[in-house]
Amino acid sequence: MESLSRHPAGPSERDHRPPGDGDRASRPSGRGLRRLSIATVAAMGVALGLVFFYAPIEAEEGFLQKIFYLHVPLAIVALCGFVIGAVMAIAHLRTRDRRWDLRSYVTIHMSLIFGVAVLLTGSIWARGSWGHWWVWSEPTLVSFLIVFLLYAIYQPLRFSIEDPERQARYASVFAIVAGAFVPLNFIAVRLSTAYLHPRVLGGTSSLPPQMALTFGVSLAAMALLFATLCSYELAAKRTRMLLKTRSRTLGFQ
Amino acid sequence: MTPLASTLPQSSNDGYVAAAYVVFFAIVLIYVAIMAIRLSRVERDLRALHARAGERTAREPQPMQEPQPMQERETV
Repeated sequence: MESLSRHPAGPSERDHRPPGDGDRASRPSGRGLRRLSIATVAAMGVALGLVFFYAPIEAEEGFLQKIFYLHVPLAIVALCGFVIGAVMAIAHLRTRDRRWDLRSYVTIHMSLIFGVAVLLTGSIWARGSWGHWWVWSEPTLVSFLIVFLLYAIYQPLRFSIEDPERQARYASVFAIVAGAFVPLNFIAVRLSTAYLHPRVLGGTSSLPPQMALTFGVSLAAMALLFATLCSYELAAKRTRMLLKTRSRTLGFQ
Repeated sequence: MTPLASTLPQSSNDGYVAAAYVVFFAIVLIYVAIMAIRLSRVERDLRALHARAGERTAREPQPMQEPQPMQERETV
């Protein structure tokens, strides 16, 4: 993008920036993103090493329990992503700054991708552990599916509205309402008595230190992966918007 | 406390662990590939825009088109 900035662009160009465009947008593949990517790859490598060479084998499930270090961090990060998307939507409605809407959209979009991974890895784990791909009587599984399906309508809703202002506003309202539903859903499942699904956080059974360390590193690695992919998506969207704006400013569109 | 195995349990479920990790990395790889395709498209458009801007500058200086207010028509 820097090559473009050398061209004459007119004095008023800076006053007409696209949402999400800023000084950083002209350097989307900057050092920050590169460092974040390197940190993510390193964290994923360390997490995988700990999972397969350090964490002890669990007595009941055996080697199958290794899916726990993938599936649970994925679920936690995906659910947190939905809540963060709601917080960003609140920021958008409060400030009317379209950058917050873009961030909210990207966060929810990424959480949906992580949600697909949660459902698939969860099904594989259920098949190996319980002998069924899906157990409808298990509240944790069904509640996650409900949250996922709720957010699955976010994008069709968003893109069914043509006016950008209304689109951003309606999407923010949806993100806030759905985001409030996520912790409520989590608490409701916790309060239910009958369950098969193992409790990880705050449950009666605690993890041995080696497993806890491995789980913590896996969770950090997954959070880093989420942040990195969100940053790439944001950078790509900002670059595309900047490109459109420059084309228009130069009279090519 | 989660019980640990003193010896490696006899398990025929190892394939499920491999499948779960393969599925996860496949999803990430597919996403990264889609991003790479999108970014290469942006790069191509950028080169085209750069070339056109260069051509215009070489010909003659033209008055800039009045840019439209931005808050406006950009969508995600």
